[in-house]
Amino acid sequence: MDWGYFKELLMGGVVKGSIYALIALGYTMVYGIIELINFAHGEIYMIGAFTALIAAGVLTVAGFPAWSILILASAAAVVWSASYGYTVEKIAYRPLRGAPRLSPLISALGMSIFLQNYVLLAQTSNFMPFKNLFPEEGFLENISEVLSATEVIIIFTSAVVMILLSLFIKYSTTGKAMRATAQDRNMAMLVGVNVDKVISATFIIGSSLAAVGAVLIASNMGQINFFIGFIVGLKAFTAAVLGGIGSIPGAMLGGLVLGCTESFGTGYVSSDYEDVFAFTLLVLILIFRPAGLLGKSDIQKV
Amino acid sequence: MLELVNVNTYYGNIHALKDVSIKVEQGEIITLIGANGAGKTTTLMSISGIVPPRSGEILFEGKPIQGMPPHEIVSMGLCQVPEGRRIFPHLTVSENLDMGAFLRKDASQVKQDLDYVYELFPRLSERRTQQGGTLSGGEQQMLAISRALMARPRLLLLDEPSLGLAPIIVKQIFQIIRKINEESRTTIFLVEQNANLALQVAQRGYVMETGKVTMTDTSDNLLANEEVKNAYLGMGE
Ligand SMILES: Nc1ncnc2c1ncn2[C@@H]1O[C@H](COP(=O)(O)OP(=O)(O)OP(=O)(O)O)[C@@H](O)[C@H]1O
Ligand SMILES: [Mg+2]
Repeated sequence: MDWGYFKELLMGGVVKGSIYALIALGYTMVYGIIELINFAHGEIYMIGAFTALIAAGVLTVAGFPAWSILILASAAAVVWSASYGYTVEKIAYRPLRGAPRLSPLISALGMSIFLQNYVLLAQTSNFMPFKNLFPEEGFLENISEVLSATEVIIIFTSAVVMILLSLFIKYSTTGKAMRATAQDRNMAMLVGVNVDKVISATFIIGSSLAAVGAVLIASNMGQINFFIGFIVGLKAFTAAVLGGIGSIPGAMLGGLVLGCTESFGTGYVSSDYEDVFAFTLLVLILIFRPAGLLGKSDIQKV
Repeated sequence: MLELVNVNTYYGNIHALKDVSIKVEQGEIITLIGANGAGKTTTLMSISGIVPPRSGEILFEGKPIQGMPPHEIVSMGLCQVPEGRRIFPHLTVSENLDMGAFLRKDASQVKQDLDYVYELFPRLSERRTQQGGTLSGGEQQMLAISRALMARPRLLLLDEPSLGLAPIIVKQIFQIIRKINEESRTTIFLVEQNANLALQVAQRGYVMETGKVTMTDTSDNLLANEEVKNAYLGMGE
């Protein structure tokens, strides 16, 4: 067995998987609280990528130094995606709370299609080059034989963001209120939680994570268009289901497992079937462990 | 302190509360008794704003609260221990208590109250890091009451605290209810199916049948009342 090649595939899987995990968190947190699959989440990610692209373009023309472009463009992506996430919940899902479950699902699909087409009209359907926002030179270059500097940054940033999120959910007052709301919404109200605010916070956090994911992937892939949210969204959703939808550690694990499956599948079998591996894994999980890897075996919720 | 005036509450087309009027005075324990499905839980949920009434008025300390969101009602000092306890199953005992103090900003007082409830229920203190869902029924009831106390309520609504508990635990819970009422002057609105017990701790009672209040009197008079005896006190069974 060629260990070098194995290591390369493994690290490639981790890079991909970290990003799936970041985006999967948005699906899983929203599902955990309002039991809705937010189909527009992939589009929130795509909007984050475009925001970073535009912001970076403007800042470059204005002559800002590279590191400040990275920070400002990422911040712009986070703020813009978060505002979209917040607004989508407010106009498309909140009015349908208490309606039959299918209604908000249809509304979510509608939102997804609307946002795609809105960006299509504003930006055309062509792929646009996305300049890598991360400095490729410097100490990061030699940190790993297998990974590029950008890949190291992807793994590192995702890990830090996910650790911070876990601490926030575990220890902050809002984090506790989120868990309480997910477990028993009416009871949360009875202890004084403003559930509307908790739901908004969930969308804002999920969307911000998607924007971070967007800056990371776009920098690695080098091009974006209005449709990138669809396939990445589908993959991240697969990761969320794989880990157990509603479970935060599940989304993280699901992302990594999916990323590695794809990486090994393409590396050892055939690169023509990248997406087939992901969805085969999903089908297998749904058959043998419908609640997902870390999900509660409460099938009704899934 | 609390007054319901001709409250009507519906679930879709089901008319669950029909012109319900109830008055609770500062400092007292009152009880609402009635058979299954009479509308007792609905009454409490209407007061707390979870199932807002379609018509009528609910006044808390003179202010109308019907139609207010539940969290604002809680912030006025009106808390509920709902039927079935509703412990957050995957939060620890201490996190459940933190949630009780969710709206409070006075950290040092919260700490004092935490010590107080742990003293009241030493069993909870031993189980601080255990998940709420893994507690026994009696422990969950203790936790549910403690969680509500963490909000420092002025009016506490209790929905069937005796449900499903062994007689000895029930006795203990009722002693605590009395103690809360006497020590911190917390007004208590107690809903019970165990009418005998409820009328022993409460000063006054209301009887509810199919969504209507059919009788109200002092506990002593209700305990002596033939109709109440036959229907709710299990006499002659
Ligand atoms: N969520 C709901 N949807 C529809 N009907 C409901 C709902 N909750 C209660 N009801 C109906 O309203 C009526 C009153 O119910 P409620 O729960 O208030 O009774 P209760 O007096 O608390 O009974 P119990 O002693 O069994 O707890 C019942 O007929 C019940 O079927
Ligand atoms: Mg009831």
